[in-house]
Amino acid sequence: MDRLIRGRVWKFGDNVDTDVITPTKYLSLPLEEMKNHTLEPINPRFAKEVQPGDIVVGGKNFGCGSSRETAVTALKALKIGAVVAESFARIFFRNAIAQGVPILTCPEAPQYFEAGDEAEVDIKKATLKNINQDHLIQGIALAPDMLAIVEKGGILSLLKEKLRGS
Amino acid sequence: MGMTLAEKILAKASGRDQVRPGEFITAKIDLAMCHEGLGMGVSDGFRGAGAKRVWDAGKVVCLLDHYVPAPTVKTAEMHKQIREDIRDFGIEHYYGESEGVCHQVLVEKGHVLPGRLIVGTDSHTPTYGALGAAGTGIGFSEMAYVLATGELWFRVPETIKFEIAGALSPLVMAKDVILAIAGRYGAEAAQYKSVEFTGPAVEKMSVASRMTMSNMSAEIGAKFGFVAPDETTITFLKGITEQPFTPLKADADALYEQTYSIEVTDLEPQVAIPYSVDNVKPISELEDVVINQAVVGSCTNGRLEDLQVAADILRGRVVHPAVRLLVVPASKTVYRNAMERGLLNVFLAANAIICNPSCGPCFGQHMGQLASGEVCVASINRNFKGRMGSDEARVYLASPATVAASAIEGKIVDPRKYA
Repeated sequence: MDRLIRGRVWKFGDNVDTDVITPTKYLSLPLEEMKNHTLEPINPRFAKEVQPGDIVVGGKNFGCGSSRETAVTALKALKIGAVVAESFARIFFRNAIAQGVPILTCPEAPQYFEAGDEAEVDIKKATLKNINQDHLIQGIALAPDMLAIVEKGGILSLLKEKLRGS
Repeated sequence: MGMTLAEKILAKASGRDQVRPGEFITAKIDLAMCHEGLGMGVSDGFRGAGAKRVWDAGKVVCLLDHYVPAPTVKTAEMHKQIREDIRDFGIEHYYGESEGVCHQVLVEKGHVLPGRLIVGTDSHTPTYGALGAAGTGIGFSEMAYVLATGELWFRVPETIKFEIAGALSPLVMAKDVILAIAGRYGAEAAQYKSVEFTGPAVEKMSVASRMTMSNMSAEIGAKFGFVAPDETTITFLKGITEQPFTPLKADADALYEQTYSIEVTDLEPQVAIPYSVDNVKPISELEDVVINQAVVGSCTNGRLEDLQVAADILRGRVVHPAVRLLVVPASKTVYRNAMERGLLNVFLAANAIICNPSCGPCFGQHMGQLASGEVCVASINRNFKGRMGSDEARVYLASPATVAASAIEGKIVDPRKYA
């Protein structure tokens, strides 16, 4: 994982649920096709135009709803640099860590970012910078155990290591 | 300093005397539950990491409930693979596709006991809190890790208490209480927190009603949704299992982040309007909503008492000709009991469609899907955009009583006139 993640911001509102991130009707498609419908119900342009390293900035309760891990898998397959939100739903938050996707809770994020802004995320320091406005805000740092899982690339890499060691 | 139920169970599971909110711990898992999630990522993660057998054959329960019977060849292939994985991984408790919805089945089969730490590949795993167990949903990668190691990291959550006073009027149900809570305090009221439901109204509730409350605690963000074990819990459990258990309770001096008090004596039936669970109105304030479909069922409200309430309203009446009423018992046991009580005859006479015990149309991939522009009132747990079929359909959440009364009239109505 790079220490600094820099990308263009895609902004979303409050209560973006997992049924919206990966709509049910596409769940049976292979990941390579399913990812092209990510967040389609609320922003049909997103999956078509998103670039590797881009940063998703959500409002409150991002990722609420079901435990479907596809919500994180799809964002990861689109090579999102980081997911930042004012607050996250618990299972989405856990799933992001479990898959090694950089995730940052940053209560002030929505007020300092607009769609298309250039952002820089430092997961270790839990900071978020708006490059356009040269403004730095502080998020809530991941606990060391969680950060370690993200840095290893996810909980299954950790498991692989564990099983190899035993 | 005392501990809340969440703190007590996490302390026990991590081998500590005490834990505090905000701490990170590694806990031993008492029970892991997988539904089709096993075939949708858990097995791949498990095998991919080099794991061969589950950490404890007796502590894993698997079944199929979301896509049963298999609607497509692709799903049938997934189910077939799951059956092979069950054998390969050495999983003892496998219930197949005939028993019903995971949360109902696990409770009925005696897997859910007070004080247990239970993880499931389903967001409504907090349902087990109704029996004083710490149940919580996890993703597929984390489940693969749990199946191999029997442990997982947790953040000890803060706890919020809901003190629910008063007595519910006839045909006002636990579902109305939890919808009122979601409406009043919002979908994030308990984000990443543990919830304890207490007070006279909860003490009077059956285990089935408590399961509705705990189930829907997931919809206000809760990690756990407890009702502390009492006489009702113990009597219920003695009826289904001989296993010993210790009914843990929160200490009197436990620290709560917040306590909310709610009085339900005058509570009227509640409805959650699309597209969020906290967009709730009392039924008297709802404008006329004409419906195409009505659903009684799901892990939220597919139990015997739910079917009984619906049948009592439907007895001697028929469903409105423009409405399809689907009744989905939450389990085979519920189905059989409903049959023995004569409820199925009532549903058939009313022109309802009785579906096999399963998740039914609730999660939008199997039977009973909605076309664009259609409206459904359902006793389920979510009304997100596209939840039950078309993105252009609308799902309203309500109690089984409200669903049954609405099915008769063809629009969402107050069920209390049928009391």
